[in-house]
Amino acid sequence: MQGIQAHFKLDWPTFNLNVDLHLPARGVIALFGHSGSGKTTLLRCIAGLEKAPEGRLIVNGEIWQDEQHWLSTHKRGLGYVFQEASLFPHLTVMGNLLYGKRRVSDDHKVSLDQAIELLGIAHLLDRKPDRLSGGERSRVSIARALAANPNILLMDEPLSALDLQRKQEIIPYLERLHEALKIPVIYVSHSADEVARLADYLVVMEKGQVLASGPLAETLTRLDLPIHLGQDAGVVLDATVVEIDSSWHLARVAFDGGTLWTHDQAFSISQRVRVQVLARDVSLATEMPSQSSIQNVLQGFVDAIADDNHPGLTLVRVKVGHMMLLARLTKRAVASLDITAGQAVWLQVKSVALME
Amino acid sequence: MILLLIGTPIAWWLARTRAWWKGPVGAVVALPLVLPPSVLGFYLLLAMGPNGAVGQFTQALGIGHLPFTFWGLVIASVFYSLPFMVQPLQNAFEAIGERPLEVAATLRASPLDAFFTVAVPLALPGFITASILTFAHTVGEFGVVLMIGGNIPGETRVASVQIYDHVEALEYMQAHSLSAVMLIFSFAVLLCVYTWRPSAKKVG
Repeated sequence: MQGIQAHFKLDWPTFNLNVDLHLPARGVIALFGHSGSGKTTLLRCIAGLEKAPEGRLIVNGEIWQDEQHWLSTHKRGLGYVFQEASLFPHLTVMGNLLYGKRRVSDDHKVSLDQAIELLGIAHLLDRKPDRLSGGERSRVSIARALAANPNILLMDEPLSALDLQRKQEIIPYLERLHEALKIPVIYVSHSADEVARLADYLVVMEKGQVLASGPLAETLTRLDLPIHLGQDAGVVLDATVVEIDSSWHLARVAFDGGTLWTHDQAFSISQRVRVQVLARDVSLATEMPSQSSIQNVLQGFVDAIADDNHPGLTLVRVKVGHMMLLARLTKRAVASLDITAGQAVWLQVKSVALME
Repeated sequence: MILLLIGTPIAWWLARTRAWWKGPVGAVVALPLVLPPSVLGFYLLLAMGPNGAVGQFTQALGIGHLPFTFWGLVIASVFYSLPFMVQPLQNAFEAIGERPLEVAATLRASPLDAFFTVAVPLALPGFITASILTFAHTVGEFGVVLMIGGNIPGETRVASVQIYDHVEALEYMQAHSLSAVMLIFSFAVLLCVYTWRPSAKKVG
């Protein structure tokens, strides 16, 4: 059976963890939540660094923990990237990379060369860790985890120890990993930006419990408990660049439901991008708007309407093609336009944020 | 050497355990630091003597009595110098912390593997300090040796006791030359330890 089945129950004096998750066998799974929500503890339980008294963990059909079994960390086919790079200071970069590689059999899903290439660390191999910058250390530690040929990669806020500039330097490497890897990546983060850029599947945690769990787009458009990445509700769409209008510095990106114009960032045609559309940037009209400064107009059907956290506001979920978008409207607007579920509406999207 | 073999596991255990009896064990290991050496020697003498538990055990094994033999001296020295081995090592192991070993485990290293490939290299400065201190301390001890070893030339006579004998016999010249050798030796050893330290800090 493919995928990850994880159930853990843990009672500490100041903290309880109680989760029951089914996670997909591919893609980036983000564990998202505030610090203290139990994300790292959950990750440590999956790695076997923490032993939950009650737990069941099955990874791609292999039992790692249940009532009878307990597989020690070093027997689990995983890679773990710690918050600090935690390189071995007594070994060179190459020595660090080989530490895990030497201890596993040969059939590598990711070869050492590929890991070195993906993370761009070929010029660092002979150095000792104390001669590396923070960003370089992070990259080496990710490559080291990959070199051990994991069936699953666990990353515990790998960017949190870095400043903003270093983060920007690493994220492209993570996006490359995302495309190249065939193994699931469980990515712990409290950064909305990282999740929006990298995640395919979102698990939101709070106080040791799972608040929501599902594919990113689906989870972000849940109206029963609006999940906010950052300060506002919104959706993230995977899209492809289909047209570039160089005279106006615009690019048109297509998603599963329509196309949107956005700023051109030196894109090339058919490049894959991620865009974020916030609920506050979407307004609705019952007729095709003709004269408007807003360039992005989509047609869709109202799927559901729910109260927002302010008594005067509502969140409207609109189905556009196969995707859902959220719009934030005042209650009065909903009443005066008489918007109801199933109705055809026009969406005006004021701004599209590129996650690139 | 013997101390390295005995001291390392004790230090490792003391650095990593969360058991309640960590305190008592640590205290017992540290006892020789506080006790007058003659007290320790006295108890060891009793234990290893013909009526002591250890003595009866060695007799049953057919080894005979240990006091006033070279091996008796070695055992006494081990007890006496153990804290000098265990404490620097324990500090070194504690300074490494949990993390590098967790990293090793996620890279498929079994605990024993991780101990030798990660903990020992990282604690190397601690090992060197501990070994030098222990060796020097063993050479310099006096009270325990006198109690257990006696003073049999070529068998259990050690430098410190010999100096004592020379002074007792008012042979100041011989005492002088031996003492000078000891002084220079001790200084050299400590010099090594203290010049090694700064580089050790960087590695840790």
